[in-house]
Amino acid sequence: MIKVTIDDIEVEVEPGTTILNAARQIGGEVVPPAMCYYSKLPGTGGKCRTCLVEVAAGSTADPRPMPKLMASCSTAVMDGMVVKNKTSQRVHDNRGGVVEFLLINHPLDCPICDQAGECHLQDLGYEHGSAKTRYKEERRTFDPIDIGNKIKLHMNRCILCYRCVHVANQLTDSRVHGVMHRGEHAEISTYIENAVENDFSGNMIDVCPVGALTDKTFRFKSRVWFLKPMEAECSCTKCSGKAVVWMFGNEIYRVTARKDKYGEVENIEDKTAWICNDCRFDKKDVSAWNIAGPRKIDRHSVISQGKYATKIDKGLNKIG
Amino acid sequence: MAGRQLLLENVHIPGIETFDVYRKNGGYASVEKALKKMTPDEVVEEVKKSGLRGRGGAGFPTGMKWSFLAKPDGVPRHLVCNADESEPGTFKDRYLMEKIPHLLIEGMITSSYALGANLSFIYIRGEFMYILHILEKAIAEAYANGMLGKNIMGSGFDLDLVVAPGGGAYICGEETALLESLEGKRGNPRMKPPFPAVKGLWGCPTVVNNVESIAAVVPIVNDGGEEYAKIGIERSTGTKLISASGNLVRPGVYEIEMGVSVEEFIYGDDYCRGIANGKRMKACIPGGSSVPILPAHLVTKTAAGENRLMTYESLADGGFASGSMLGSGGFIVFDEDQCIVRNTYTFARFYAHESCGQCSPCREGTGWMEKVLHRLEYGHGTMEDISLLEEINKKIEGNTICPLGDAAAWPVAAAIRHFREEFEWHVTHPAEAQTRNYGLIQPRVEEIKAL
Repeated sequence: MIKVTIDDIEVEVEPGTTILNAARQIGGEVVPPAMCYYSKLPGTGGKCRTCLVEVAAGSTADPRPMPKLMASCSTAVMDGMVVKNKTSQRVHDNRGGVVEFLLINHPLDCPICDQAGECHLQDLGYEHGSAKTRYKEERRTFDPIDIGNKIKLHMNRCILCYRCVHVANQLTDSRVHGVMHRGEHAEISTYIENAVENDFSGNMIDVCPVGALTDKTFRFKSRVWFLKPMEAECSCTKCSGKAVVWMFGNEIYRVTARKDKYGEVENIEDKTAWICNDCRFDKKDVSAWNIAGPRKIDRHSVISQGKYATKIDKGLNKIG
Repeated sequence: MAGRQLLLENVHIPGIETFDVYRKNGGYASVEKALKKMTPDEVVEEVKKSGLRGRGGAGFPTGMKWSFLAKPDGVPRHLVCNADESEPGTFKDRYLMEKIPHLLIEGMITSSYALGANLSFIYIRGEFMYILHILEKAIAEAYANGMLGKNIMGSGFDLDLVVAPGGGAYICGEETALLESLEGKRGNPRMKPPFPAVKGLWGCPTVVNNVESIAAVVPIVNDGGEEYAKIGIERSTGTKLISASGNLVRPGVYEIEMGVSVEEFIYGDDYCRGIANGKRMKACIPGGSSVPILPAHLVTKTAAGENRLMTYESLADGGFASGSMLGSGGFIVFDEDQCIVRNTYTFARFYAHESCGQCSPCREGTGWMEKVLHRLEYGHGTMEDISLLEEINKKIEGNTICPLGDAAAWPVAAAIRHFREEFEWHVTHPAEAQTRNYGLIQPRVEEIKAL
């Protein structure tokens, strides 16, 4: 085990752990945000640059600071490393810069976006964004393409995290979509329309940090925060059948995988509980599911605001 | 031409592109010497002694790079030659490969032997398709004459050499993007670590070297590393190919001894012979489009008033405040009629076009800078745009996966640092800026010196 200090908190981790995962072991505010890294998908990370942290001391053996900010998702910790995240003004400023970059071409159509409420970019913009944009030009747009009857691709919202590409690589037998073109014209595309069809392709929706990939069977049906997330299980031959059903009254509006506080699909019995497309898109009847009870949404986003005690509520209670 | 010529000495001999003429003029001597008389480690040692530094731009010592190569048992190692020369203003590798292809092949054989690589690649940019044919012809000749293939010159060393063309992307000149492209994937730079020396092409330890670095191994092995190190000054040893372009009387590719003064290089009779049409110099980019631009008063003299020399150290003297870099040797000179804003916009457009789009600061930032510079150049800019550019720069620099972000940010930052008045003039005189150029700027010598 090796020792690493993040924002003045010391933690012992296995050798080879990344700074981000070491921070997640501490938890709370020292965890850098991650838009592209997804711990359940090997190979992700390094692209969005929101998880940049300052390494104030490389290791006990070589305590020199690292000159550049490091991507915490892909930098392994060393024994005696000192990392600054929340405590570094430089990190704060540069993360603000990255958020500004991510937002200059993002459409800001949150009022009509299905991801609103569970969007990582929304959270990030709330924490690090500025109230005004300095971008005077017209925002970049793409011609919409149809990638099938279950998944809606809204390329204008994409931040090119490559997570969905990794899902297709790792969960499905053949990847039929990918990134085309380069620079600011880079886009997720199938080249041949209607092509994304696979039993597990729906997981692309769950891993998408923004509203670029959304569920066509749920599109414009309801805001997520009006729905009640319930832990549910069904018998399924393709996947574990363990999911979250989002209900309004007695109706199931949508089905997603069970996600943890970082928005990642949970591990159940040491296996990431990806769900298959049948469970996700077709089982909308209550009788198909065995509903266990309310699902705790452990996030700071608006979904949890109405239903669960938030930090603000707790604070008010103390004052009251 | 003054100074010693190690690479281009024989370039004017008719038929030097053929094996027979090249061999008759002393070609493949280094292969003979290395394979018959030296161990691979001795070759690496000579390269270390020579002080040769990577000629692709970063200037990392080649011998040291070679010694980092991991050598696990049973895993093949590869040498990849980076012939994806795409830096605007740099055209030395093209010249070398086109005129004297066997020099590169000879360097590849000797270097592969030193590194223990039995399958080596020359990754060439797609636009150089005609050079690909030249190289393939030369490689076929080398195979036919027993310089490539099994048991080269009876030494027991096997080497296969493959030329692989890219699709013509600047980013594929970045070594990890190059490896991705060579593997047949999209040319996105990889995260480092692991470095290619540990995990490179198809997960095998790989060394990626510039064309000129590999060609320089030939004279180093022939004459010895110490002899090579005698040329040049301090840590800048040997000769360097400089691609001189812009408003010069005699632009072209020059092989210079390191340590020639910049003044002599621009005005000397053996070199560029001064600024064309009797104009005065306004600015100079000494190392290709990615390095900071220098105003005329800082080109031939450093801020401290010393003569600036063509070495890694002297060109970088003064840091980014008053210095630049030798880079890849793309020496671009501007006369008094050139518009710095226009030039900066052109570069920004290039980087926006060539960004791979993988990481957000570069993808969004380069495009944004291009648009802001477009506004300024065409008379729609404001004073805030100039400071906005500076801020975008700071947010890109150092925050990207590969150095393309830095390469895009530095020229813009330097242009604003040294030629702010010209940017401001574009804002205050939008109509005039469309019809005439700002001309020579009053150099803020004192201000720069204070830094």
